[in-house]
Amino acid sequence: MGLIETELTESDPVWSAMDEELERDERVFLMVEEVAQYDGALQVSRGLWKKYGDKRISTLPFLRAGLRPICEFMTFNFSMQAIDQVINSAAKTYYMSAGLQPVPIVFRGPNGASAGVAAQHSQCFAAWYAHCPGLKVVSPWNSEDAKGLLKSAIREDNPVVFLENELMYGVPFEMSEESQSKDFTIPIGKAKVERPGDHVTVVSHSRLVGHCLDAAAVLAKEGIECEVINLRTIRPMDVESIEASVMKTNHLVTVEGGWPQFGVGAEICARIMEGPAFNYLDAPVTRVTGVDIPMPYAKILEDHSVPQIKDIIFSIKKTLNV
Amino acid sequence: MQTVISARTYADFTAQATFEVKKCDTHKLDEAPATEVVMTREEGLQYYRTMQTMRRMELKADQLYKQKIIRGFCHLYDGQEACAVGIEASINLSDHLITAYRAHGYTYTRGGTVKEIMAELTGRRGGIAKGKGGSMHMYCKNFYGGNGIVGAQVPLGAGVALACKHQGRNELCVCLYGDGAANQGQIFETYNMAALWKLPVIFVCENNRYGMGTSVERAAASTDYYKRGEFIPGLRVDGMDVLCVREATRFAAEHCRSGKGPILMELQTYRYHGHSMSDPGVSYRTREEIQEVRSKSDPISMLKDRMLSNNMASVEELKEIDVEVRKEIEDAAQFATTDPEPPLEELCNHIFYNNPPLDVRGTHPWSKLKSVS
Repeated sequence: MGLIETELTESDPVWSAMDEELERDERVFLMVEEVAQYDGALQVSRGLWKKYGDKRISTLPFLRAGLRPICEFMTFNFSMQAIDQVINSAAKTYYMSAGLQPVPIVFRGPNGASAGVAAQHSQCFAAWYAHCPGLKVVSPWNSEDAKGLLKSAIREDNPVVFLENELMYGVPFEMSEESQSKDFTIPIGKAKVERPGDHVTVVSHSRLVGHCLDAAAVLAKEGIECEVINLRTIRPMDVESIEASVMKTNHLVTVEGGWPQFGVGAEICARIMEGPAFNYLDAPVTRVTGVDIPMPYAKILEDHSVPQIKDIIFSIKKTLNV
Repeated sequence: MQTVISARTYADFTAQATFEVKKCDTHKLDEAPATEVVMTREEGLQYYRTMQTMRRMELKADQLYKQKIIRGFCHLYDGQEACAVGIEASINLSDHLITAYRAHGYTYTRGGTVKEIMAELTGRRGGIAKGKGGSMHMYCKNFYGGNGIVGAQVPLGAGVALACKHQGRNELCVCLYGDGAANQGQIFETYNMAALWKLPVIFVCENNRYGMGTSVERAAASTDYYKRGEFIPGLRVDGMDVLCVREATRFAAEHCRSGKGPILMELQTYRYHGHSMSDPGVSYRTREEIQEVRSKSDPISMLKDRMLSNNMASVEELKEIDVEVRKEIEDAAQFATTDPEPPLEELCNHIFYNNPPLDVRGTHPWSKLKSVS
């Protein structure tokens, strides 16, 4: 099975995932701000309105039973204005109705830091949403992730928060032939080992997976082999994959863009301590995170508010005590 | 609003003149703002200079953005100058004002300098928010931003008005939002509370016909934004005419200060640029439409024509103001591009007010940063 030399950016696989699922299942429809004449603010939904029309693509909220909406937030920062609905109407309804009313909805859009958009537009919501039972929270890194996971999210019968990344929309990735099929899905709840290694487990999600791989390439020259795990799903988290890796490497570093307190890395630390991998740790787990401040605007300040590759390298070395 | 007026006396210029402005549509009001308004030569020159400064400042920001010296979000105000200048002409600096993200003009009319506004856009230490806020988060005394989340500033504005009333200082709050935000639930919650408690707030809907790329017809069941406050009296105002805005604001301010409670002004205005610098602004409206507004309704041209045809200023005099404004903008841009970026030591400051210094976690556990109030 060869790799077709087709480079797609994250927003193209997001587009094709939606296009394929709209075609496959007539109950699927898309709700998004500025979708029609503005072509979707970040162009992710461009052309879908022209192809499927007002009945399937609209800016109007349709919550009729039996339909499978995809709801786009221009960014997840704006989801806070609707967060009561995401949690209290979407996440909890199946439970409160004792199994009577499922909510097969996908909330998708860009999450986390961008470039120069300042405090109110740069927050990562992974920890906020992953805190809540009843939601599935997915965070793709590359094009294959984006396509396969979004298709799974649309086919999923429960509410899914799908956290994309604006800075990844323009990054090209090769896509395998398999991933270009209309039936290509990636299961929710399963992490992927992007790079095997024996010395340290590095767990990340979304854009920073790329940073971890870059750090691993630098460290490999010094004889340090990192095992880089791409979480792909935040909730339910694939703790088993992390444990299996830690039991091999004895060292763990988590890397995320969000704030440290009560975050994804904090959850990983707690879960590792509660399970069999704890006894295999030769050092405490290190969390690499965003700086614990609102995002500043000035470039020099912004650059120093998010993990850089050198921070990851530094943290890995400190964890390994080298 | 302070301004330097030419020291030369032109004894043969008209000291003041009366102008006819469009009648405002009213909602739940027995009276309306005057349609015959007086403007003095000094006022005219001041409005001209202020609007021209705002116009040139925004165009310079456009240029700097295209040169990638300004980054991130940049929502420009050119075309809407008459709104900011007209409002400020009828309130005091001791009153309060809050708006959304198209805020550079208001930052200026509320007392910010062009230099510190531009340096904020370029993210430098001399910026009005020390480089930490950027385009959408500029503040100064009695000006509460600069708010990035659509509509969120409206409940805040009512809160400021509540404080004014509570403290009994006869101050009011001008609370602005756009035609896009006008459909938000929190706006209606705010209307209810403001009316119930008779808060001294002037709600101002700057209707520039488009919420991002959605025209008002496609967004609102009722485009009579001045009536949307239902039980709140409303005015629909020609937002391209600085005198009409001034007169309406005078009327609205009197309404508030006399204890009658809130009032709503819809300013019909227009933005020449797209929603932001990443929007060319022509996929949802025609170039012809933009050109027509520019040629028939430009606020600066309208004022200039009025002054010239009533012998209130000379062409040379206005040209001189243009030259001075251009220089001020150039100097500010020069400062904004050469001022250094904020120092890294200040990264974590200003998290809490009146708080002892605290430690802030950096990107990893060995990075211990300091935050002072």
